[in-house]
Amino acid sequence: MNNRISDQDSLVSVRDLTFSRGNKKIFDDISLDFQRGKVTAIMGPSGTGKTTMLKLIGGQLFPDKGTVLVDGQNVHQLRRADLYTLRKRLGMLFQSGALLTDMSVFDNVAFPLREHTQLPESMIRTLVLMKLQAVGLRGASQLMPNELSGGMARRVALARAIALDPMMIMYDEPFTGQDPISMGVLVHLIKSLNTILGLTSIIVSHDVHDTMAIADYIYVLSGGKIVGQGSPKEIQESDSEWVQQFMTGAADGPVHFHYPAKDYVDDLMSSGKRY
Amino acid sequence: MMDFIEGLGSSTRTSFNKLGRATFFLGQTVSGIMSVLLRPGLLLKQLYSVGVMSFLIITISGLFVGMVLGLQGYYTLSDFGAEETLGVMVAASLVRELGPVVSALLFAGRAGSALTAEIGLMKATEQLSGMEMMAIDPVKRIITPRFLAGLISMPLLAGLFSAVGIIGGQIVGSGLLGVDEGAYWSQMQASIDFYDDIVNGVIKSIVFGFVASWIALFEGYDAIPTSEGVSRATTRTVVNSAFSILGLDFILTALMFGDH
Repeated sequence: MNNRISDQDSLVSVRDLTFSRGNKKIFDDISLDFQRGKVTAIMGPSGTGKTTMLKLIGGQLFPDKGTVLVDGQNVHQLRRADLYTLRKRLGMLFQSGALLTDMSVFDNVAFPLREHTQLPESMIRTLVLMKLQAVGLRGASQLMPNELSGGMARRVALARAIALDPMMIMYDEPFTGQDPISMGVLVHLIKSLNTILGLTSIIVSHDVHDTMAIADYIYVLSGGKIVGQGSPKEIQESDSEWVQQFMTGAADGPVHFHYPAKDYVDDLMSSGKRY
Repeated sequence: MMDFIEGLGSSTRTSFNKLGRATFFLGQTVSGIMSVLLRPGLLLKQLYSVGVMSFLIITISGLFVGMVLGLQGYYTLSDFGAEETLGVMVAASLVRELGPVVSALLFAGRAGSALTAEIGLMKATEQLSGMEMMAIDPVKRIITPRFLAGLISMPLLAGLFSAVGIIGGQIVGSGLLGVDEGAYWSQMQASIDFYDDIVNGVIKSIVFGFVASWIALFEGYDAIPTSEGVSRATTRTVVNSAFSILGLDFILTALMFGDH
């Protein structure tokens, strides 16, 4: 259990969470805290359920056991209407951007405003242009999503995520598949939005270098457990083999290079029957 | 043998499971109808893409089906010297059966498959999930308008199919084969009953529209979010819609025209 952050400081606290998919335990009784106003990163190899954690926090998935408190509310005990009210205060940036492909960039950013507010169109226009200006894409407002590069799509999605001025943004693999310039832009945006808008950010990533640069606190997950946690400096100096393998990208270590299989020689000598 | 029984049990369970999900999904969809009616813009856009965009295929198919009916009907009826009743034959076949059934099959192929692919891809690209996280119910915002559009479009398209088909029959019957034009129309007017034929045909097409839209939307929503999953879902939409439409047509025909 992490006792370094007091409950008052944390906007999201995950307690004794267990979640399985089929027979596979994705999380095994873990607890995490996400501090207000800070950038907290969840890192770990692919397939450790990092995205699943975001979906559990957003109430899209239900845990087998344990609680998720967001701003003092137990996400999984809220009625649907209350959950939706809470979600209006949460922004989420999906890995693909998840822009609505039949709408222009402008309409995508305006979408949550039009759905949730009764604001006049002139004010919506002003707000949308402000959000697009913040991500540097005001000039692209009339483009369609298929005309955007991957990095631009993510920035538009970010503008949409901040359209309703949320208290927290969850980033799902924001750096995956980005060229160095887009990556730099996104790193800068995430950090500056967090500071300027006073947000709380949760970043899910396996990009060691860039995440270390902006995160205030890092959790390293593997095999359903927290294998390391602390400030970027503490993580870097960690003596855990798991964390070191992840940080240095070593091919073999506690996470094996080979997928579990029967003995190599036995396998080569066997009849080759398919199983 | 045990494997067979085990397989049978598990596939039955899967089917019932799916049926349950589909029913729950239908309930969610229908519960959103009021909110869609309050925002007619959403519905109009879908009426255009589901209904108006199917206009051409329905019109052309209707014309050809009507022309074939005119031709075949003439050859058969003229053996008995009854070619004057060609209008009745063409109109009754179209309004009672071919109009609702063939237009529903075309609708499932044209609009239904498009709906499944669209919804399935929205799911695969996390658009539906993204909407949920923006506190917008994707069923009410995306599914219900499309469902309602299908429900409204289907009887109109079936009506169009029958109307164009009757004109097609007339073009072949009186234009090419020499059936008296007055007899074609007046016999039809005298024999086709508004309630027995037309209303029953409209009821059929509403039922088919309901089923075809439900299947198409559910298959898209329930699709495995990969390219293969969406492609399988699209196929299932067309196959399941065709089976359901033809099966229901038999049941409805037995109920509606049973006492004749």
